[in-house]
Amino acid sequence: MNLLADAFAWLAAPEQWTGPNGLQHLLAQQLYFTAIAVAIAAVIAVPAGWAIGHTGRGREVAVAFAGAARAVPSFGLLVLLVLLFGVLHKPEAATVTFVILAIPSLLAGAYAGFEAIDRRVIDAARAVGMTEAQILWRVEVPLGLPLLVGGFRSAVLQVVATVTIAAYVNLGGLGLPIITGLSLRRYEVVLGGAVLVALLALALDALLALAQRAAVPRGVRADQGRAAAPRRRDHPESATVSPHPS
Amino acid sequence: MIEFRNVTKRFPDGTVAVDAFDLVIPSRKTTVFVGSSGCGKTTLLRMINRMVEPTGGTVAIDGEDVASKQAVALRRSIGYVMQNSGLMPHFTVAENIATVPRLTGRTRRAARARALELMDVVGLDTAMADRYPSQLSGGQQQRVGVARGLASDPNILLMDEPFGAVDPIVRAELQRELIRLQRDLDKTVVFVTHDVDEAFLLGDQVAILAKGARRLQFGSPSEITEQPADDFVAAFIGAERGKRALRVKQTPHGPVLVDAEGRTQGVLVEGGA
Ligand SMILES: Nc1ncnc2c1ncn2[C@@H]1O[C@H](COP(=O)(O)OP(=O)(O)O)[C@@H](O)[C@H]1O
Ligand SMILES: [Mg+2]
Repeated sequence: MNLLADAFAWLAAPEQWTGPNGLQHLLAQQLYFTAIAVAIAAVIAVPAGWAIGHTGRGREVAVAFAGAARAVPSFGLLVLLVLLFGVLHKPEAATVTFVILAIPSLLAGAYAGFEAIDRRVIDAARAVGMTEAQILWRVEVPLGLPLLVGGFRSAVLQVVATVTIAAYVNLGGLGLPIITGLSLRRYEVVLGGAVLVALLALALDALLALAQRAAVPRGVRADQGRAAAPRRRDHPESATVSPHPS
Repeated sequence: MIEFRNVTKRFPDGTVAVDAFDLVIPSRKTTVFVGSSGCGKTTLLRMINRMVEPTGGTVAIDGEDVASKQAVALRRSIGYVMQNSGLMPHFTVAENIATVPRLTGRTRRAARARALELMDVVGLDTAMADRYPSQLSGGQQQRVGVARGLASDPNILLMDEPFGAVDPIVRAELQRELIRLQRDLDKTVVFVTHDVDEAFLLGDQVAILAKGARRLQFGSPSEITEQPADDFVAAFIGAERGKRALRVKQTPHGPVLVDAEGRTQGVLVEGGA
């Protein structure tokens, strides 16, 4: 029998979508962990990235930090944090792991968005008499938004895929069918779980791609037909953001 | 009146862009700084609205040191037009023009009315009010830049090579309009250019500058043409096309003026005005 067909049959079976361990539940857990982790990461990384982008200071520190954060294997970090925090604080340990995973992309998106703005525009804003706060909110934030949303998109994808490991510390999520399927040698279940994670990631990516397009201010979009502004990029710098898995 | 008193600007990297500069710029006249690229014109201009802080000396407006004023308020009270228009790409034409009125707390409606009024003043069709800068030609963008500079009805208008990036025909048109505008508005205009012809066309007073904003000569275009301070100035003002180096040629129909290439530039009329 075809494994893939079995996996889809398993996914489509109504009994997988009922009860306390139903897939709807695991899906919700997966999304919940992702949302919480990315939200916390955004609260930390976006202001920090904006501060770096606005002042032009602290970039090296941010790049070093982001590089280090990326180099840490998430699973190892999760296990380490569970040991450190104690088994009663597994959700916290998992959340911290995913927050650390999400920060680099968000940080890079925030500051790269500001850095990509033509310096003459910022200079002009200051010269006509905008305060630093007005430059930030009226010029840098709107013009930097597309790259920030790009960073957000990368962060969400990385986290939603990685949240799968939460099941190893009994926190549920879509990793659950994968690890139970592995121990029971029911590979259609393993594959079914993996397919669901992949579909979820694809759906989120498509949604955020739309959001990224919508984030481009009118007027900036208008010039895409003409010679594009010199320093616009669609994704934050590849040096600090791993290429988008699409 | 804008007064530079022994003004020096040394950038952190050691470049002395302006070295002990003195000048009194009269009110309600157009004063032009002309000199080759890198001689310190932009730096001089930006010390007037505190976009650059001098490292020595003082810049005063009507006797008051600009350093004693709050930078943001000072900049809002001075119009500033720059070479690449410096428009906000995500603001419409009307929003760009109305930037300063909005910053100073005018309502959206009042600011827009002011923007439309200024579009008329600078010769822009008000149908363009809701377009974005990227949808305008270079010349139109510069007009928007001028309108934005005038939006708060400032006494002082700083213009940094505002027509440098547009083609010669549009530039000539913009220059004519600036002359017309200045006749009506009577602002204190400080204009920066590297083009001597533009300087002589627009300036009531022209300051010819060399590296470090060293002042080679300051006077009206006529004074400078009639009596260049030295050979360098003489070469500088005549060098470009030699069109100020005319001589008389006798013809059967009377004397005419010819340029260095022998092309006839005009007829010599005795007496008259
Ligand atoms: N922010 C800066 N830092 C260092 N040097 C500068 C800076 N701005 C201008 N300069 C230098 O100062 C000199 C004068 O510059 P500028 O005033 O822009 O000249 P201009 O407008 O006449 O072309 C140039 O040598 C330029 O390289
Ligand atoms: Mg300059």
